[in-house]
Order: sequence, then structure tokens, then C-alpha cells
Amino acid sequence: MMNYLLPLKELTLARFREQLRQPEVLFWVFAFPLLLAVALGLAFRNRPPDVIHVAVESGPRAEALVADLKAAGGFAASVLSPEVASEELRTGQVALVVVPGDSLVYRYDPTRSESRLARIATDDALQQALGRRNPRATADHIVTERGARYIDFLIPGLLGLNLMSTGMWGLGYAVVDARRRKLMKRLLASPMRRSQYLLSFIAARLVILAPEVIVLLGFAALAFGVPVRGSILSLAVVVVLGAMCFAGLGLLTASRAQTVEAVSGLMNLVMLPMWVLSGVFFSSAKFPAAMQPFIRVLPLTALNDALRGIMLQGASLASLAAPIGICVVWGSVSFAVALRTFRWI
Amino acid sequence: MTPVPSASSASAAPSASAATSAHLTDSASSAASAPPAIRCRALTKRYKDVLAVDGLDLDVPSGECFGLLGPNGAGKTTTVEMIEGLVVPDSGTVEILGLHWDHDAIALRERLGVALQETRLAERLKVIEVIRLFRSFYRAGHDPEEILDLVELREKRDTWVDKLSGGQKQRLAIACALVGDPDVLFLDEPTTGLDPQSRRALWDVVEEFKSRGGTVVLTTHYMEEAERLCERVAVMDHGRIIALGSPRELIASLGADHVVEFALGSGAEPLPEAELVALPGVESARRDGPRYTLTVTEPHRAIPALMGELERHGGEMTELLTHHATLEDLFLSLTGRHLRDT
Repeated sequence: MMNYLLPLKELTLARFREQLRQPEVLFWVFAFPLLLAVALGLAFRNRPPDVIHVAVESGPRAEALVADLKAAGGFAASVLSPEVASEELRTGQVALVVVPGDSLVYRYDPTRSESRLARIATDDALQQALGRRNPRATADHIVTERGARYIDFLIPGLLGLNLMSTGMWGLGYAVVDARRRKLMKRLLASPMRRSQYLLSFIAARLVILAPEVIVLLGFAALAFGVPVRGSILSLAVVVVLGAMCFAGLGLLTASRAQTVEAVSGLMNLVMLPMWVLSGVFFSSAKFPAAMQPFIRVLPLTALNDALRGIMLQGASLASLAAPIGICVVWGSVSFAVALRTFRWI
Repeated sequence: MTPVPSASSASAAPSASAATSAHLTDSASSAASAPPAIRCRALTKRYKDVLAVDGLDLDVPSGECFGLLGPNGAGKTTTVEMIEGLVVPDSGTVEILGLHWDHDAIALRERLGVALQETRLAERLKVIEVIRLFRSFYRAGHDPEEILDLVELREKRDTWVDKLSGGQKQRLAIACALVGDPDVLFLDEPTTGLDPQSRRALWDVVEEFKSRGGTVVLTTHYMEEAERLCERVAVMDHGRIIALGSPRELIASLGADHVVEFALGSGAEPLPEAELVALPGVESARRDGPRYTLTVTEPHRAIPALMGELERHGGEMTELLTHHATLEDLFLSLTGRHLRDT
């Protein structure tokens, strides 16, 4: 037993050290997902409600209307000449132009949703100021629900994406590089077992996995308050399964390739469709219904579904049997095929 | 003329086979005391339309340093890698230390040390980490720190592999081959591309291994290396052994200890080879354009005679070199080609 484990330990250590000593690997594994999370989190952050920009054409009672809007709050209103008001509406600086008179006229483009909102809000504020009484009292209860924001959707997707990229590049590149530089052949000339060599990749992947997941989820929790509603154990199980699934796919992709160029092309061929289709940055439900059966069985779609289920809905492993099953099948089939087709020398 | 043992296959070139006795009887004498470390029979390997190794027979007794000498593409590496169990022969048998790759692969790997041609080991591992990694594969072997001293990489112990010089990388490759305390060491062109000093440092390591009774199989296209390290040398060309014997025997098969090379100025009439051979002390003559190569038993008689001949002939000599005959000269006389420019 020790005879088997010692080389495995040394191979894993070697693999781990090599990764740690490559700044670019550390960047892609740890820094890149954080940068993506920050950039997308900022771009799609939940902003306070926007101020509605309204122009009131000069005319009788124009100043009074502006005063009423200011009193209602949430409006930036000013009196402008009809020409200037039209110009500002056209260029989008105001959402709505109010033409004062006995009956109020609203000028706006109904295809701009902000203009339609401005029309409703402005009319509401002015009618109330002019004395309208609501038949029933209303009250607003404002909520910003954690777990329903874009960043909450994004973080599990980024985690899935990272598990895919690190797994596939980590294994695929290293295998082809060792083959190309004849290191693999040299190792085979020693009493090392082939299974030790392959298992060391899995083991090194698992060692890197824990910090990789903790850094991304920890950052997301601290900076954006992204929750993990399900059990940490379930999350760990899904993360390890996902990592193994993509390790298998990486091994399969690299099983024959002899140059880094060839394996890079194959990797991109495998990963690019999943970047787009598997619901990393936006929901895969946006694709046509005809594509859905195909999209659902992609390993990254399944992994993202399972991660979102656990993190956002607190789902149990049992309720995620379908996506987990898809990951297991992809992983085990790729491993099995990779071992049969693997080019050792 | 000393008889030169050669490959028993029909592949031997005429000049060598003329002086040949069957080598099986030759190796049998040493095999009586110890079983041969390596025994190959009718080893053949074809890559697409190239016959890389052509029915090769080989016996290496235990404790011998055996050299495979030949130009690039002669089949040296394929031969060695078939013996190492890394390349599967199309036909023929390999037996190492009485074991076979079919059923004793793991036991065999424990007893072999291998340095492949130009392996690039992990770049971002430290020297000691690489040696430790290879040590972990073997059940028994040397302390990695001791190996470090043996290959004189003590000062580079904690240096990353990609920061090593070519010679240091080769010494590390040999350290990895030695760390499992092998009985047979395979070195495939261990000193190609190294400066003379690095080469000598590496030779010292090999000699140390030999002195402890190890068997070495070495491929090289440096004749000095073969002459310095090897008890016996097989000269390979086109996948066959064309001459086999100790470096001294092989050189002696040229029939003369010295080589005289000279060149004639442009415009000079070619000197007929027959006239050169007729000169006193000259055994053979070969012309390659304006350049001539003579094998000579007595240079002090041959050179004055050559000068006299040139004076009568009326040519101007532009170059004159004389040196002890080497395996390079043997290869040239066997194939008409140089070892390194093919």
C-alpha cells in the first residue's frame, strides 16, 4: 500500500508545486473569476431608483407644475421652451415633456420604457398635487431580496465556469505538455504505474479545488452578500463531482493530442459552446425551446443548475438527482474512454 | 590484422565481415561466467516505410559498457527503446537480466535506469524535488542527497530545472536514472550538444557507475565518448550492425594506426588512389573531391614518400593533417560517410 501511495504523493506534490510556481495559473484559477465577479457585479448592481427627468414647456402654470413635481420627490423637472424641450426629449435627456394647459398633454415615445414609466409617475404626482383622492390607502414595502439579484445568479455560474476551465486546462495542458517534452515517456521507463500518474492529476486537482471555491464564494459573500442557502456538505459534493467531471473531459480531450496547439483547439471546441449556452452569464432558458434538450444535457448546464439549486434555493442533493446524474455520466464516460484511447508515448 | 567480431546477421559490410568470426561464440565466453545483461535476437522495427531496425542481434555481458555508435537515423534510439520496453518490436526477442517485458515488466523497471534522448523534465521543480520524485518510484535505491553529490549538482540542489545549463540538465537526467540503484543503465546520446568540460563531468559519473559493476548501454555519435567509456562498440548504419568489437579492435581492423588527411589546391590533377596505396606505409587511400584520406602504418615513412609523389605529380598541398585512427575513420571506411554530417 505504502509502495503505491508514496509515488502518488510525490507526483501530486510535483504537480501542485508546478502549478503554484506558475503565476499565470494562479491568475486564471484565483484572480480571473474574482475580477469577472467584480466587473459584472458592478455593471449589474442594483441601483437606487432613478430620478425621472421631465421637461415642462413654458406656458401658464408651468412653474407651478415644476414645483408640484419637486414636492412629490423623485423628479428632476425644469421649464424649457418648446423647441429646447423637444430637442431634449429627442436626445433622451428627458423622458417626458409636459405641455401645460387646461388639460395636461404628455409628449413621449412609448417605445422607451423609461418614458412610459415617467408618464405614469408624472401623471400620478400631478393629479395628486391637483387634489385627486385615492379610493383606497396604499403603503409601499420596499425589499431587495438577497438571492434574487443578478450577482446571485452570476456567482454560481462563475463557479461552474471556473470548475470547467481549471479542470480542463489544468489536466489537458499538463498531460500534453508532459507528452510533448517526453517527460511522460521518461516516467513510464521507471516503475511508476500509469494509474499513479493519472490519479496524481485528480489528487492535485482536488488540492487546488478547496481554495479555489472558498476564495470565490468567500469574496462573493463578503462583497455582495451572495448566500449559500443549502448545506455546505451538499455544495462540497456537487463541487467535487463537477471538478471530477471536467477533469475527465480534460483527460479525454488531451488523450491523443501531441501538441499544445492541437489540445488548445480541442479545448476551445469543447468549452466555448458551454460558455455561451450553459447559463453562466444569463439564463439558458433564453434559448429556443428546440435547443433546450441539448442544452440541458451539457455538463456545465447541469453543474450550474445544481450549484444554483443549492446556493440560491437551498435544494437538497436528492432533489438535484437529474443534474448530478448528468455530471456523473459525463465524468465516468470520459474517464473510461480517455483511459482506452490514451497515448502514453 | 586483429579479427573483428561482428554481427552474425548478413548485414555486416564487406570490409568488416572479411575480418569477422561469428560473435555468438565470442560472447559465449563471457556468458559462461555470468548471464548476459542483455540479449536481443532478430529485433526488427519498421516505421511506415522506414526499416528503423533490421533483424538486430545483440549480447551485452553483465558489467560491460556497450556503445551503439552511428549517425542520426541509424536506428540507435529505436534499438535502445525496444530494449527499454518503451517501443514494442515488430518481431524479435529482448531478454534483460533473464527477464522479459511480456511478464516481468514491473520487476524489470525496478532494475533499469534510463536517460532518454533530450527529455525535458518538469521545468518548475527544484533539482532535489525531481530526484526525490524519481526515487519514490523505486522500492530500493539511493538517498537523493547522495545522488546529488555523485552528479555534482549539490550547489544546484534548490534551483529550478529550467535554470540549469544543458550539462547540468543531462547530469540531472542521469541522477534520475541512477537514483533507483539500477543494474543496467541506458544513456541515449547523453552528451550531445554539451561542451567538452560538461561531457567529461558526465563521463566521470558513468565511469563511477561502471566501477561498481553496473552494465551500461550507451548510444553516441561521438567516437571519443565510445573510445573512452565502452569495452565494446557496435557501429550501426541503416538499422544494422556493420561492425562490432572493442574500440581498439575496430580501429585495428582498418589495418593501420594512423590517418593522414591532405587536400590539393584547386586546379591540381587528381592523384590516382592506386598510386597512393603503392606508397610505403600506406594501407588504403580514399579520395573525396580535392581531399584525400590515407590510412597509414608508419607516418614517418609515408609522409616523405607522399611529398615526393606530389612533387613528381605537380600539385600543391593546401592542408595536411595526421592523427591516430579513430572509430570515425572506421565508420568512414565502412560507409564512405562521416558519423556526424549525415
